[in-house]
Amino acid sequence: MAGIKWKGAVFAGLMSLALTSCGGTSQPANEGPRDLTEANSEYQTTLQEQLIDAKPGDVITIPAGVYALDRSLTLNVDGVTIRGEGHDKTILNWQNQKVGAEGMLVTASDFTLENLAIEDTTGDGLKVNGGTNIAIKGVRVEWTGGYSTDNGAYGLYPVQTENVLIEDSIAIGASDAGIYVGQSKNIIVRNNRAEYNVAGIEIENSVDADVYGNTATNNTGGILVFNMPQLEQRGAGTRIFDNDINENNTENFGHEGTPVASVPAGTGIIVNSNDDVEIFGNRVADNNTANVIISSLFSAGYADEEQSASFDPYPEGIWVYENTFSGGGTSPDGLELKALKTLLFGMNGAIPDVLFDGYVDDEKKVGGKLPDALRICVSDEGVDVLNADMPGGNENPRVESELYRCKLTPRAPVSFALADTKG
Amino acid sequence: MRGAFLTLVAGALALMGCSVETDDPADEAVTMGPQVAPNFIAQGNPETLAEWGQLQHIGSALVLGEAVQPYDLNTPLFTDYAHKLRTIWMPGGTAAQYTEGEVLDFPVGTVITKTFYYPTAEGADEGEVLRDTSNDFFAGDTLRLDNIRLIETRVLVRRDAGWEVIPYRWNDAQTEASLNRIGGIIPLSMVSDEGAADFNYVMPNVNECASCHATNSNEDAIHPIGPKARHLNRDFVYKAGTQNQISNLTDAGFLKGAPDDLTAAPKNANWTDVKAPLDLRARAYLDINCSHCHSPVGPADTSGLSLEPDASGAALGKCKLPIAAGAGTGNRRWGIRPGHPDDSILVYRMQSDEADKMMPEIGRTTVHKEGAALIADWVAAMDGDCT
Repeated sequence: MAGIKWKGAVFAGLMSLALTSCGGTSQPANEGPRDLTEANSEYQTTLQEQLIDAKPGDVITIPAGVYALDRSLTLNVDGVTIRGEGHDKTILNWQNQKVGAEGMLVTASDFTLENLAIEDTTGDGLKVNGGTNIAIKGVRVEWTGGYSTDNGAYGLYPVQTENVLIEDSIAIGASDAGIYVGQSKNIIVRNNRAEYNVAGIEIENSVDADVYGNTATNNTGGILVFNMPQLEQRGAGTRIFDNDINENNTENFGHEGTPVASVPAGTGIIVNSNDDVEIFGNRVADNNTANVIISSLFSAGYADEEQSASFDPYPEGIWVYENTFSGGGTSPDGLELKALKTLLFGMNGAIPDVLFDGYVDDEKKVGGKLPDALRICVSDEGVDVLNADMPGGNENPRVESELYRCKLTPRAPVSFALADTKG
Repeated sequence: MRGAFLTLVAGALALMGCSVETDDPADEAVTMGPQVAPNFIAQGNPETLAEWGQLQHIGSALVLGEAVQPYDLNTPLFTDYAHKLRTIWMPGGTAAQYTEGEVLDFPVGTVITKTFYYPTAEGADEGEVLRDTSNDFFAGDTLRLDNIRLIETRVLVRRDAGWEVIPYRWNDAQTEASLNRIGGIIPLSMVSDEGAADFNYVMPNVNECASCHATNSNEDAIHPIGPKARHLNRDFVYKAGTQNQISNLTDAGFLKGAPDDLTAAPKNANWTDVKAPLDLRARAYLDINCSHCHSPVGPADTSGLSLEPDASGAALGKCKLPIAAGAGTGNRRWGIRPGHPDDSILVYRMQSDEADKMMPEIGRTTVHKEGAALIADWVAAMDGDCT
């Protein structure tokens, strides 16, 4: 391999490639953005007044209809439910938004949003900033003009929340993550569908998340588990299971500088600088770069000492088992990875199901080996692991599956009252 | 009765040297009289601003109520080039306690108002306002309204349960400000030496007020932002002459515990003071415009970026990766790249007027060119680089 020179990191290279294609791309053959000529543009005032005057325990119902809004809705009263008549019937559309960084901004606990659609917001769809017991059910967030760099960043975006449930919801077209849970604790994301986002579902700097029963397809990356530096809470403890993660091959249309801009198109699941992640029982197919990527923030081109001084970038305690993999890895994103694939596996070959960038924290090794709990385990025979040797400048990329044949301790399910109640 | 009352106050104006010219016959034949008495209204949402007695609209002037104190900040928040008349008042016998770092500790009953207005040209079209920062139009205790368009007055009142915000919007006739909790988009055209440019002045709804004034994201409580020692510690030209604002509040009986020697008290720079060090001007600007959210406990702590006066290093944005900036990165990789404003997200977001990219997220729809230029200069002067 000594003859191969991948100067510059593979992923960083990918990122710059992705950039060249992100000047307002959009998918072809879309029906176009929602027609608002018949939309009700008066109702937003009524609705905002209801939100201002809401009392704990109130259920604010929004009848079926298409509503045009031009500024953010805001709620800061605890214990409020906002309920529509269905995500295809009660439609809030911000195509003509003049002000506000999101469609709906909630800073309240015991909040439920259900059965409505949030469309075409300039920035994020729903942001819930802080709060405990947050339920988002049967909500569709969509940019109706198709995927585009010009779309808002996040679809459903609870951040710094605790006990957060997102279920039976749909996110389409976000220029960052369709469903994004950041800096939160006790999270269940289940039975949702994420399509044509840069990141379908993303768990970032969060503790104890269960992500299951979801479908992530046609995103750039299907399901992401990330940690970023400079935040108070380091994330750890995510289970990703029983999801369908297929054909996440949409070009990366994110904005440079955002964490997701470094995700190669064709990524099924990616764990980046996060720990204690259990990936099992998923059906992962036809993600063209790799079905699973395990990586460090380092390989996204960030090795700044100021960042790393207070930040552990190493993905540790990652366990991949009993998934059904098929296809995938056949057409990786970016010239460097394409070259790597061709070199190692031939024109008709494929990157193995698990691609690891190779960053290991030598300082944590005991007797030359990482303690068991910190290992990356890919248990199943037949599921190969490619170490891309990013730390070594990609000089020695190698399939070394046998080194990962281990098991970790299964994590306990995430449980909290809001999610345990079937409703 | 009302007519007579107006007459009295207008008389006071005449005495202090303002020649109030008005079509209101009530203003003729004025005689000296007392200013209106301010009220603390302990509950509810009064329908008109006048009920608070903090500001009185008389003829073509807005006059402070009795004992109501005007103030400015060393460096103010930018709000689409609007001018602001700030006042503070406390019921008799009550006073705030001085604190060095945080907002002064105000007693129940404190009423703070902020009136947003623009100068207008003589005979200007409806909705046409001037971008003119040369004059504050306020003198003594009076804001002359000739060639002024009043937009809104926000009342912050300290009640038993905490602070509440009660916003009022001035009517088109400019005679009365009425309760408006829902806010609104007010299309205006701003005329400057660069020509006229349409913009939307956005009056926030009361929830949006909390977006800035709920300065600790771990609690819902709202707080004033401006009345901190470092913002207030400056001179003001009062009716009786020039005085330090903190000393004035003490003399007015509204403040206890302030140091006698205010030269040792915290004092932010005036961002326009070209004689002040660039770093202090920039940090003062970031403090008042950003740090109510971008602090370790503010709503924007989700970003890990702090723009408080004591923040430094990556927390201040140096070589810091964005977290959830979305389009707000402007395809840039770091909050601040020292020496490179054009590679710094902080500068990009200040230079933008698009809702999903700009910072602050609310409170402006236009770009503060001079403010953004100050921060760009500050970044350009920084040593070091990112790797």
